[in-house]
Amino acid sequence: MTRDISYEAVMARKNEIMKKAVGIDYQVFESGGIAFDYERMMREVGYTIDEIRKIQAETGVGNTPLIELKNLTKLARKLAPPGKGARIFIKDEACNPSGSFKDRRASVSVYRAQKLGFKGVIAATSGNYGAAVASQAAMRSLNCIVVQEVFDSEGRGQPEILEKGRKCEAFGAEVIQLSVGPELFYTFLCLLEETGYFNASLYTPFGIAGIETLGYEVAEQVRAATGRDPDAVVITHAGGGNVTGTARGLLKAGCRNTKIIGASVDLTGLHMASDRDFNRKSFTTGHTGFGVPFATWPDRADVPRNAARSLRYLDRYVTVSQGEVFYMTEALAQLEGMERGPAGNTSLAAAFAIAREMDEDQVIVVQETEYTGAGKLPSAQLTFATEMGVEVRRGDPAGDKPGERIVIPEHPAQIRVKEVNLDALRKSYISNCIKHYKVQKLTGEDIRFLAEDTKTIEDYVRMVAEELGISI
Amino acid sequence: MPDVAKGTWVQIHRVVLGPEERSPHLPDDTKKVPLELRLKGFLTHDACIGDEVEIETLIGRRVKGRLVKVNPEYDHGFGRPVPELLTIGMELRKILGGDGR
Repeated sequence: MTRDISYEAVMARKNEIMKKAVGIDYQVFESGGIAFDYERMMREVGYTIDEIRKIQAETGVGNTPLIELKNLTKLARKLAPPGKGARIFIKDEACNPSGSFKDRRASVSVYRAQKLGFKGVIAATSGNYGAAVASQAAMRSLNCIVVQEVFDSEGRGQPEILEKGRKCEAFGAEVIQLSVGPELFYTFLCLLEETGYFNASLYTPFGIAGIETLGYEVAEQVRAATGRDPDAVVITHAGGGNVTGTARGLLKAGCRNTKIIGASVDLTGLHMASDRDFNRKSFTTGHTGFGVPFATWPDRADVPRNAARSLRYLDRYVTVSQGEVFYMTEALAQLEGMERGPAGNTSLAAAFAIAREMDEDQVIVVQETEYTGAGKLPSAQLTFATEMGVEVRRGDPAGDKPGERIVIPEHPAQIRVKEVNLDALRKSYISNCIKHYKVQKLTGEDIRFLAEDTKTIEDYVRMVAEELGISI
Repeated sequence: MPDVAKGTWVQIHRVVLGPEERSPHLPDDTKKVPLELRLKGFLTHDACIGDEVEIETLIGRRVKGRLVKVNPEYDHGFGRPVPELLTIGMELRKILGGDGR
């Protein structure tokens, strides 16, 4: 019998394919309604910090340096009111084997695949995660396929994604390069069925558990360097894994009062599935096109219950413009001697602005860097943007318009953050849960779950439900 | 006479879904174009550019498609110097009290 591989038929087999390909039965954590037992899932399917540290040590992942950005701190203080300007530290995650924090995530997925006896792993990603999975698979002698969205319909490749594809091939992975469209997921499902490989999803409990060591190390290193807990940790936010894993690691290290701040590049106005818009953005991740939809509906991921749930941990969510991140990428190289980025520097741009609100004795941490080079450098991206008809100029970054104009600040004082209304995101998330699970009424369990999942209290969830006309 | 020899490193191209087979939830511009796939590997037989061929990928999977490139190059680069970025370092050192070198 031949399998029906039409789009509809494959999508209809999604849950069955996924269950085989991640080796998790999500059913056991379900309540039948909106609620599911998140912590039990993380406990039973994930690993403890000590186990993860052991797994990551086997392939040289983690224990990256924490570096104090003394010149950028000095600059922030010059621009801040007297007594203001927190010490800025950066966690140099580019020191991981494939050059980003994504190795932490991949290390546990690939370990798991090997332990379960899979012959290979597949990842659907246009980001650094592909290189991370390919590198870890090489170390553990597994085959690796990476599926990327790379080209528009004219066959023009996004330089950064082309570079990430090159890196995957350098580690011996097969790289499937697709044109724009969400049906990447369809191709991915077809490949999982055909090969029987493990789905190294970004969103499994063990993938997220792999990032917890990052938060844990930040806590340990900040304490050793300053004798205090970090006051704020700024995390580049896209699919939610970076925020979730880092925040969980900080909590496991006992940092109860550390503010968890998410930062995304503002790409408002560009459609993520648009063939035209695809090559008019200069950031391929860490942007609002992922950050907002994944916050308000995390279970859109390639697994039934996403372990990355950013609203569960975020205290604050801010955006910065493309031009501001390019400026800070340049500043990091010129003042601190570190050529890194670009997307990982989103949190750096935000931290540079937020440090000026904080007291001098406080500590703010930028929790990642990523490797850079051909395709990824600001010069590569801005050259490409100009060729695509996007205007590049100096000015006030408030004038930045994604897809039309990238404004490089004229002065560092112009680097500011824009607040994202977390309350609106929380409400949207609760509303999406109600719609998706088609519930007429919230149970006590649902209310408890939604309060935890939005970092609020049960009365807040009741109030939102009432606003939405849902009985409780 | 086939001009690309068996064993050559090549790129193939394939249409995965025609415009009419695509997801119903797409913006208008994407709806009009097919979902395309490009993949690299070693030719398993002699062929000409434009032929339907079979390749063996880096992990040994055999895949069919139209032969489009021979020894495909990585053509992404560092870009041109960007005037809007070039002076940032000097400006910042001046603010910090240096001479801008």
